[in-house]
Amino acid sequence: MNITLNRTQQKERMTNLMSKFVSLVSYKLPDDVENKLKELSEEESNPLAKIIYETMFKNQDLAFELKRPSCQDTGVLQFFVKCGENFPLIGQLEKILKNSVYKSTQETPLRHNTVETFDEYNTGENIGDGSPSIFWEIEEDSDKVEIYTYMAGGGCTLPGVATVLMPGEGYEGVVKFVLDRMTSYGVNACPPLLIGVGVGTSVETAAMNSKKALMRPVGSQNENQNAAKMETLLEDGINAIGLGPQGLKGAKSVMGVNVVNTARHPSTIGVAVNTGCWSHRRGKIVFDSNLDYVIETHEGVTL
Amino acid sequence: MSKKVLTTPITDMDLKDIKIGDIIYLSGTIVTCRDVAHRRLIEDKIPLPVDLRGKAIFHAGPIVRSHGNEKFEIISIGPTTSMRMEKFEKEFIEQTGVKLIVGKGGMGKNTEEGCKTHKALHLVFPAGNAVFAATKVEEIKEVHWKDLGMPESLWVCKVKEFGPLIVSIDTEGNNLYEKNKVEFNKRKEEQYELISKQVKFIK
Ligand code: SF4
Repeated sequence: MNITLNRTQQKERMTNLMSKFVSLVSYKLPDDVENKLKELSEEESNPLAKIIYETMFKNQDLAFELKRPSCQDTGVLQFFVKCGENFPLIGQLEKILKNSVYKSTQETPLRHNTVETFDEYNTGENIGDGSPSIFWEIEEDSDKVEIYTYMAGGGCTLPGVATVLMPGEGYEGVVKFVLDRMTSYGVNACPPLLIGVGVGTSVETAAMNSKKALMRPVGSQNENQNAAKMETLLEDGINAIGLGPQGLKGAKSVMGVNVVNTARHPSTIGVAVNTGCWSHRRGKIVFDSNLDYVIETHEGVTL
Repeated sequence: MSKKVLTTPITDMDLKDIKIGDIIYLSGTIVTCRDVAHRRLIEDKIPLPVDLRGKAIFHAGPIVRSHGNEKFEIISIGPTTSMRMEKFEKEFIEQTGVKLIVGKGGMGKNTEEGCKTHKALHLVFPAGNAVFAATKVEEIKEVHWKDLGMPESLWVCKVKEFGPLIVSIDTEGNNLYEKNKVEFNKRKEEQYELISKQVKFIK
């Protein structure tokens, strides 16, 4: 964009674009997920599993064509923001994101999924106190902003679990924690799942890491060799359980396992598991300081 | 494999040879019916305003658009977790004569018993396919208990070849999810043994 916008116009432009982006995420899965689902469906010989995959593909085509949310649970919007210190709207960003969720809720429409706690009423606007969730990172010497947008459903990735193990339990304990979650909760969380595993020093660092893990592309690898090894071991292991689509049995269980890790206290191993469902509605958009954008997750799509 | 389509009203005979893991489709009447509707009938003893004998219910809360004049259109509809209705379902089947219960995930002992005694099925519609499901609803014929809000109202839908519906509990009380669970847990233990040997990173 060449014309210089004033602050109000900038805010309006970004709100409109983000609102459209949220709508897009509701009816179109990112390329990595679409491709992986195709790949998994081709590996199924079980007729039941095949029919379920066919239904999914038909549903996604229809959702895109009719511009309707592909799943009725449009979740709670979670934004993971990496903001350059010099991005012009850094101070306005929280409001912009909240307003864009409100706008998209009216326009798409999205389901009203925000209930104020203790007062226990649905705001009817799909936004509320602290909702959408916005998580920040600030980047030095940058005037861009990267925004991961995630529709987190009530039956999959909002009910994550975290615990703190004793070092004596080791990474064996991490493996057990993840596997147990697959056969108890994972079966009903709409497999094939994308599993986010967070390892850190406490429940909240592990939990945050596990959510960030779900933002990483399907098929990507942790840079640490041991962590990458565990990703592969867990992926193969969970696949061998054979949950299949919808937990009704099949050749595979997951789209992948992503581990994100940070350092720990000598006395603790924090671990968290987040289960992203097959309808893994995440998108990544990057704005430069002129508010021109690039959508990295959905190739060839403009807003 | 030819498509197995059931049409309401459904009789005991229609369900006789259907087993867990089978896939069927439904034509006729299905009524959305979830948490509060179950509680009203069973706990508060308020009779349902719709006759469900030989028909189907759907554990679901749709997004519905109103066209005025009591005319409605389903925009999106998908199953919600059936297990929440477990505690009411046996009596619900007994009192209403409903033949098909459609939802998400498995159900438990109570429903198994209800299905066995009164010849009914629990079925799973693959979740997350809300637009596809909506296109199988031809018409909303009636709506009751609107005071419960959009998701909880009883939407009486006319559907055509609605499905795929996977049989999770059959008329003999067999339970697909329970059966699978045993196998999943066994394989999980095997995998734990294999993997745990290879992650001794703390030396
Ligand atoms: S788990 Fe995902 S696909 Fe399944 S109903 Fe929830 S949001 Fe939809």
